[in-house]
Amino acid sequence: MDLDIFEFYDKMEQSNIMLSFKGEITSDLLTSILQIMEAKLDNFEEKSKTKKRVYNVLVECLQNLYHHVDEVAPVDDRSKRARTAIFMIGKDEEMYNIMTGNYIITKNIPPLTEKMDRINKMDKDQLKALYKEILNNDSFSEKGGGGLGLVDIARRTGQKLGYNFKLIDDEYSFFSLDIKISHIN
Amino acid sequence: MDKISIEPTPKTPLINFDPDKGHIEIRGRSIPENSLEFYKELLEWLDEYGNNPQAKTNVEVQLEYFNTSSSKCILDVFKALEGIHKKGGTEMVIHWYYEEDDEDMLEAGGDYEAIVTVPFEKIAIEEE
Repeated sequence: MDLDIFEFYDKMEQSNIMLSFKGEITSDLLTSILQIMEAKLDNFEEKSKTKKRVYNVLVECLQNLYHHVDEVAPVDDRSKRARTAIFMIGKDEEMYNIMTGNYIITKNIPPLTEKMDRINKMDKDQLKALYKEILNNDSFSEKGGGGLGLVDIARRTGQKLGYNFKLIDDEYSFFSLDIKISHIN
Repeated sequence: MDKISIEPTPKTPLINFDPDKGHIEIRGRSIPENSLEFYKELLEWLDEYGNNPQAKTNVEVQLEYFNTSSSKCILDVFKALEGIHKKGGTEMVIHWYYEEDDEDMLEAGGDYEAIVTVPFEKIAIEEE
């Protein structure tokens, strides 16, 4: 394996990464990550408000991964790769930074982009109205998604959703999401 | 109807339901991946309770965290309560507790209050 571990370490150190994971996303894994992060947030002695915000956003980000790796069919070799995801959390002087990456089906990019762009254009009151509208809509998905997760993240963080898509082939793309949460106010 | 009591887990809240006292309590964190499955039972009990409610129904909700998957289920619980309340056989208040500096949780209570017609009382509690 042609992999320089120090290079990995150094990059993560420079980006102030405190926890990262790459692999299959299971319910038990999420429980463990959340426990570790809760202990870390306690250690940092964050204000209760900040701690709760980071924790809530973390839950939404991780559960987005959990629910959406399912959509990429786990049949052949390629989709086995597609079931895994990456997650990282870092902290600098002003912000917590939560980054996730997972495969998605390429044809699902346009509606997702449209949704995120729409959210990114909204102010606090518009996000609140959209949240309530989706919440009170009976056609909410079985998985509990319905796009409420991203609206909730935008509402809690007050920041734009950062995102990127990398085209892998005709069928698959890699979706990365970059969320920032202030810990200074 | 029997009393119901569900112990909390790292991802699901404590639930106490005492149909003889008209007391319903949800407390802790609600962040399961599959919320529908967790709340299904409570919704079934409420359905049965609605056939013969007490003169007073007291609902206490004190959540530390809840995910968006639970938020819909919590609304379903409140809507089930609203259905019982609308029939007129019971006086009902939903007490929504939040830690005093947790403005997100206060706002979440306000969101629900704006959607359902049951009287809400939002109560600040000191941080633990």
